[in-house]
Amino acid sequence: MQFGLSDEQRMIIDTTRAFVEVELYPHELAVERSGHLPLDLIRDIQQKAIAAGLYAANMPAEVGGAGLDTLSWLLYERELGRANYALHWTCVARPSNILLAGTPEQRDRYLMPCIRGETWDCLAMTEPGAGSDLRGMKASARQDGGDWVLNGTKHFISHADLAGFTIAFMATGEEDTPRGPKKKITAFFVDKGTKGFTVRDGYRNVSHRGYTNAVLEFDDCRVPAANVLGEPHKGFEVANTWLGATRLQVAATCLGRADRALQLAISYAAERRQFGQSIGKFQGVSFKLADMAMELKAAELLTWEAAWKFDQGTVSEADMSMAKLKASEVLAMIADEAIQIHGGMGLMDELPLERIWRDARVERIWEGTSEIQRHIISRELLRAQGG
Amino acid sequence: MKVLVPVKRVIDYNVKVRVKADGSGVDLANVKMSMNPFDEIAVEEAIRLKEKGVATEVVVVSIGVKQSQETLRTALAMGADRAILIEATDSVQTDIEPLAVAKLLAAVVKEEAPGLVLCGKQAIDNDMNATGQMLSALLGWSQATFASELVIDGDTAKVTREVDGGLQTISVKMPTIVTVDLRLNEPRYASLPNIMKAKAKPLAAKTPADYGVDVAPRLSVLKTVEPAGRKAGIKVGSVDELIAKLKDEAGVI
Ligand SMILES: Cc1cc2nc3c(=O)[nH]c(=O)nc-3n(C[C@H](O)[C@H](O)[C@H](O)COP(=O)(O)OP(=O)(O)OC[C@H]3O[C@@H](n4cnc5c(N)ncnc54)[C@H](O)[C@@H]3O)c2cc1C
Ligand SMILES: Cc1cc2nc3c(=O)[nH]c(=O)nc-3n(C[C@H](O)[C@H](O)[C@H](O)COP(=O)(O)OP(=O)(O)OC[C@H]3O[C@@H](n4cnc5c(N)ncnc54)[C@H](O)[C@@H]3O)c2cc1C
Repeated sequence: MQFGLSDEQRMIIDTTRAFVEVELYPHELAVERSGHLPLDLIRDIQQKAIAAGLYAANMPAEVGGAGLDTLSWLLYERELGRANYALHWTCVARPSNILLAGTPEQRDRYLMPCIRGETWDCLAMTEPGAGSDLRGMKASARQDGGDWVLNGTKHFISHADLAGFTIAFMATGEEDTPRGPKKKITAFFVDKGTKGFTVRDGYRNVSHRGYTNAVLEFDDCRVPAANVLGEPHKGFEVANTWLGATRLQVAATCLGRADRALQLAISYAAERRQFGQSIGKFQGVSFKLADMAMELKAAELLTWEAAWKFDQGTVSEADMSMAKLKASEVLAMIADEAIQIHGGMGLMDELPLERIWRDARVERIWEGTSEIQRHIISRELLRAQGG
Repeated sequence: MKVLVPVKRVIDYNVKVRVKADGSGVDLANVKMSMNPFDEIAVEEAIRLKEKGVATEVVVVSIGVKQSQETLRTALAMGADRAILIEATDSVQTDIEPLAVAKLLAAVVKEEAPGLVLCGKQAIDNDMNATGQMLSALLGWSQATFASELVIDGDTAKVTREVDGGLQTISVKMPTIVTVDLRLNEPRYASLPNIMKAKAKPLAAKTPADYGVDVAPRLSVLKTVEPAGRKAGIKVGSVDELIAKLKDEAGVI
């Protein structure tokens, strides 16, 4: 077993951390308070991120990305995760890996503009009636001549307002399986501005201010067969192949935010004096710090191990679920305790803690709720026993 | 023209420095280390000279523990072409003194024959501000210290220096030693693609014996102490009171 970082990994961390502290932190408060990310600010930071090679760094080198192994990529995600989500997601974007599944024409048309920073992608799976149970989706597509005609509603779709196109997952029929009928799902590229495709403002969200979500409506929206991503009826297969490490990405960004909160709590406990001594001298405070640091380390080890296994091809679904589950729950605990250690000041938005605490909430819901992660882990345990 | 840039691995400027209990120095065990910020500025300047076509090759050299390799890799990732590591000690607590560093650099200069040596004006760990000057004396080359602007024109370098209360512009004959100050430039981020490429750049490992230099310390540290904590201030009620206190108590006006 080898736990050291390579020179490259150390430098990736240094560069990304410096970028986050210098280019993103100064804008956080304004974005948090307004819930808005001005376009000229996006463009300004984006250009700097492109110059530093940080933009679309999740992509392979042959399409202009950084060509990182999974662990190095997640170390970069952890650093970005320290900052306001809207700022790092939009200005240091990571186009979805699923865009790599496209044909050469689709890559030119959709992937490359995202990598060059000209547009953004968004992924539309969730519906008002289908969240954890995505296969239960109602939105559908039927073939008509050489085209497909899309109908239905998607909601909670992140940054669909900025995105130039969406990848929409639609039910395209049903097949019989030994466990009953199962919906067949197909993924489609749909350009903004396509007739019958509307993007509406979504809900105001407690977490990640400035990072919007939208409602997508498809009303007899017609797209050509060339817009199918992967093969027809194989939408979830494409997603499973290309979105495998997304749970680890969520874990990594949680780790960064948790570490930021922990470091603030440690400094505050060392400096803040009450009853004639630093509050870190009270066991009521210092034992909290010990538990926070230990839990964070445990979450990190789960995440880095899963990342390493991902590249070895030995990772299991349970490995990735454990990392995501642990990191998101540890973040919630650390954010809460960091506020406790700061007393009343922890609740004020002059410090990043109140928003780290708010932001932590969504992490246990998206990319698979904590219950779904526990379901995945336990199913793997029981299946091994034929249960 | 080849540019040689010496870079030092020092305690990161963000780290809260702690003095060791026995007063022998600063505790460097398990502390984040980084490239001396002034050296980062020197590396940046060298790379800019190369980008402008003034320099043809940027060689970085570091003298110290084996881990200085990390500092060299960072310089390579910023854009330097080649690195030399002179492993002069195996203890992170040992600081190689300016004279030994200058002697080693003089030997490297003889071997590499650069047209310009760009150093940081000082290292932020011991603040000696001596290596560039000593190197100049050992080589018999001109020197220009505290540079905030550098223009190379044929066989002269025009250097703007930050001196007390203003700027001084001097012209020095090449080859020369320039030590750089804070305002010369803003160093770039080592970009991710360049970080990945740095791995393939050559890094030569040497020892002081290869250059016939004795690095044994000549100075002995008697005591290291923390700076005295700042005393609490007082509030004054009026401008008149302030002036009276500055006159009578502080004696500054
Ligand atoms: C801010 C935000 C951004 C999002 N962005 C996107 C996006 O860009 N694209 C996209 O497609 N989706 C997106 N989502 C949707 C997200 O993936 C879903 O919210 C998530 O999958 C949960 O679905 P749901 O909200 O419908 O909850 P439900 O699935 O209705 O779950 C409700 C509760 O029931 C529990 N539950 C459900 N099934 C089980 C079970 N089998 N066993 C035990 N408990 C169960 C859940 O754990 C949860 O506690 C986003 C969501 C949010 C909040
Ligand atoms: C929204 C809001 C409204 C408020 N309104 C008012 C108001 O109207 N009037 C007013 O006077 N005050 C008000 N307060 C102040 C409030 O009463 C204090 O925030 C509270 O008493 C805690 O003090 P502190 O924030 O300075 O934290 P600190 O006392 O600095 O505590 C920091 C941390 O150290 C811990 N700690 C401190 N001492 C010990 C110890 N001996 N042993 C173990 N742990 C210890 C604390 O539990 C906490 O975790 C308000 C605060 C808020 C947030």
